[in-house]
Amino acid sequence: MSTQKATGTQKQGRMMTGAEIFVRSLVAEGVEVVFGYPGGATIGIYDALVDLSDIKHVLVRHEQGATHAAEGYAKATGKPGVVLVTSGPGATNTVTGIADAFMDSIPIVVFTGQVSLPLIGNDAFQEADIVGITRPITKHNYLVRDVKELAKTVKEAFYIASTGRPGPVLVDLPKDVMAHKTTFHYPESVEVRSYKPVVEGHPKQIKKAAEVISTAKRPVLYVGGGAIQSNAAPELRKLAETLQCPVTTTLHGLGAFPENSPLAMGMLGMHGTWYSNVAVSYCDVLIAVGARFDDRVTGKVEAFAAEAQKIHIDIDPSAISKNVKVDVPIVGDVKRVLKQLNEMVQRLDTKDWLATIQQWKKEHPLRYRSGDAIRAQYVIQKLGEITGGDAIVVTDVGQHQMWTAQFFKWIHPRSHITSGGLGTMGFSLPAAMGASFGRKDLPVISISGDGGFQMNSQEMATVVEHKLPMKIFVINNGFLGMVRQWQELFWRRRYSHVGLSNPNFVKLAEAYGCTAYRVEHSSDVEDVIRKALAHKDGPVFVEFVVEQEDNVYPMIPSGQTVNEILDMPDPVLKPSNGVPEESLMTVVKG
Amino acid sequence: MSHIEHPPKSGSEPKETEHYKRHTISILVENKFGAFNRIAGMFAAKGYNIDSLSVGPTEEEDVSRMTIVTRGDDQIIEQITKQLNKLIDTLKVVDLTFENFVDRELVLVKVQTTQSTRPEIMQIAEIFRAKIVDISPRSVTLESTGSQQKVDAIIKMLKPFGIKELARTGRVALKREFQGEV
Ligand SMILES: Cc1cc2nc3c(=O)[nH]c(=O)nc-3n(C[C@H](O)[C@H](O)[C@H](O)COP(=O)(O)OP(=O)(O)OC[C@H]3O[C@@H](n4cnc5c(N)ncnc54)[C@H](O)[C@@H]3O)c2cc1C
Ligand SMILES: Cc1ncc(C[n+]2csc(CCOP(=O)(O)OP(=O)(O)O)c2C)c(N)n1
Repeated sequence: MSTQKATGTQKQGRMMTGAEIFVRSLVAEGVEVVFGYPGGATIGIYDALVDLSDIKHVLVRHEQGATHAAEGYAKATGKPGVVLVTSGPGATNTVTGIADAFMDSIPIVVFTGQVSLPLIGNDAFQEADIVGITRPITKHNYLVRDVKELAKTVKEAFYIASTGRPGPVLVDLPKDVMAHKTTFHYPESVEVRSYKPVVEGHPKQIKKAAEVISTAKRPVLYVGGGAIQSNAAPELRKLAETLQCPVTTTLHGLGAFPENSPLAMGMLGMHGTWYSNVAVSYCDVLIAVGARFDDRVTGKVEAFAAEAQKIHIDIDPSAISKNVKVDVPIVGDVKRVLKQLNEMVQRLDTKDWLATIQQWKKEHPLRYRSGDAIRAQYVIQKLGEITGGDAIVVTDVGQHQMWTAQFFKWIHPRSHITSGGLGTMGFSLPAAMGASFGRKDLPVISISGDGGFQMNSQEMATVVEHKLPMKIFVINNGFLGMVRQWQELFWRRRYSHVGLSNPNFVKLAEAYGCTAYRVEHSSDVEDVIRKALAHKDGPVFVEFVVEQEDNVYPMIPSGQTVNEILDMPDPVLKPSNGVPEESLMTVVKG
Repeated sequence: MSHIEHPPKSGSEPKETEHYKRHTISILVENKFGAFNRIAGMFAAKGYNIDSLSVGPTEEEDVSRMTIVTRGDDQIIEQITKQLNKLIDTLKVVDLTFENFVDRELVLVKVQTTQSTRPEIMQIAEIFRAKIVDISPRSVTLESTGSQQKVDAIIKMLKPFGIKELARTGRVALKREFQGEV
């Protein structure tokens, strides 16, 4: 990130305002795009932006959109996303996105305007103690009190956000400090003596892991977001293929291992595949790679991989033995650790184990019903087939999110982006927008429910303004589907405030100036997806009107074990005129 | 057992056992704006206990030492030290419980006095080597330093006379260099 562009360094020696130093620091840091929204406290910074065109500033329509856009950009590119907002309400509007980035370990740097130093604490106009508010949801945050500290603080913020376990960093910029003058020097590198992330795994631990692995008869690789953040897909693939070890991924691990490999088992956890969950519960060695034993994955912790010796590779020591005690902890960067581990391991005899899993896949595939009424699963499956996995798919939160995780065939790292830890509805559209600014090589597809889409739909304006070639899909089931499903299954179908009375989505999209389609029959799904993918001139919006009361299966109810797994009830496919109206579709991972 | 049991976050306090006990943790932190809040906030957010907490400068100008007395089982204490280390401003975390260490606490106690009780209070002060730092017709204020037990003991002795006000610093501690008993 420290590619020093000419403009970043050439003006050294001259006295400059904090505002100019700030903008030049971003240029020096190699920042390509800033998602922001101006206001009184940042007006000086915005003035400095007028003269420095090296940076693209994207005017979002709500500051929450800016933070999600920065997250999407970061997840799609691996580079930190950048946000610039004003004090008070501008700053508090970023809080959800910051919390989201904190939960999902996404490197973003959020710059907030602040009232002038002498006014801090006086309940000044548009004052909010954003440093205090965000302390528990940032990896670190700063209030810049002296213009001489500014450039160094910016450098540190990027360094801390993007190294070790990545996360959001906030820098609060008082208005007067932005007007104070000093000379500009952007440091080449920073040294933070109290922050030294461990990246190299301890050789003794790696050796111990290799020994445990060599005894395995029924190993499973449990792969999380850390493998993607570490760009370790090639090393992971090598390990899995060398060992002949089946692989399951978390929601954030999707794409770390190609699902067209016979070793792939798809996602595990609450809505994971039947066979990945069963394999984990029967495995004798579990190799956790950049995954954090989240409760949506483990269910009842006592029963999670209860038989297995557990190896855990994670860059964050506090992630290890937090929820589940492990036998061989390895603190370090996944890529480096796997490289070393690959040198020490040999092929295991897993023929029987793989055959068993193959059998499970046959007996318990992912299933859904399909007929004239569109099923969301069908839309996703077709999208996967048509793109061949060559797409960046950004989901929102709810049923469509789980169906996308299940029915898309994930091939590439960084092709799946979603809000997992915080589960923030309204994430998809702005995050996809951010991804679209960062990645021009693949189509970017936003998929939301009809509920979540309306939580940040204002960003349609930004998407249209920038003619981003995004595909914006809304899976409209007329419900807050995931909550409705819980009410149906666990609250005796007493529906309470889950029905949605929606706007005309197509007209809404058109009002923003976006090409828009509505699809209501299964037979039209493929055509419209192809048409949307072929659409090159700016964004395209598609509303899929789907079956209203469908459920996500399999499902391990919260806090329970694989023994309580709910699989899709066998459907009764009633024939009318001798032909069933619906058929049973099955999909197998790997 | 691979599952980690978290103690109840509220309600009755479990008894000290071999695995659930009091720990004295010494933390060196950058003396920066917000560093203290970050540490205290982490304890609150994660629901960890703080029995006492003291902060002050050290021999290095830009470094502060915090001494925190906390309780928990081994897993919790492990998480506490990891979470402390994870904070960017933390330079060093030492769980002194596993070391030989000296610890002191200071207390100021304002005790009610009458003509008749004053000599007795003076006597207690002498036994505990406490100082009289303020005196009025109706009260004396004592200053006592020592281990937590000693401070507890003097407070207990003074209680029957009527304690008007009391201020304790919480424990400060340093590892012993000479690892024998002094
Ligand atoms: C409605 C809903 C349902 C869900 N259902 C499921 C489900 O069925 N299954 C599921 O899996 N999830 C599910 N989730 C998501 C779940 O809540 C968690 O977000 C997710 O499981 C966490 O993924 P992870 O373990 O990969 O960790 P992440 O949050 O991706 O964390 C990454 C881990 O890797 C470490 N790391 C980061 N970088 C590196 C590096 N370079 N080297 C080493 N380690 C590194 C980090 O320290 C961290 O521990 C659901 C979410 C929602 C909203
Ligand atoms: C901001 C926010 N509010 C509430 C929730 C709780 N929640 C989780 S899923 C869900 C329903 C989502 O409905 P919709 O967006 O229509 O998607 P669907 O489940 O129907 O696919 C709700 C309300 C949440 N995750 N985020």
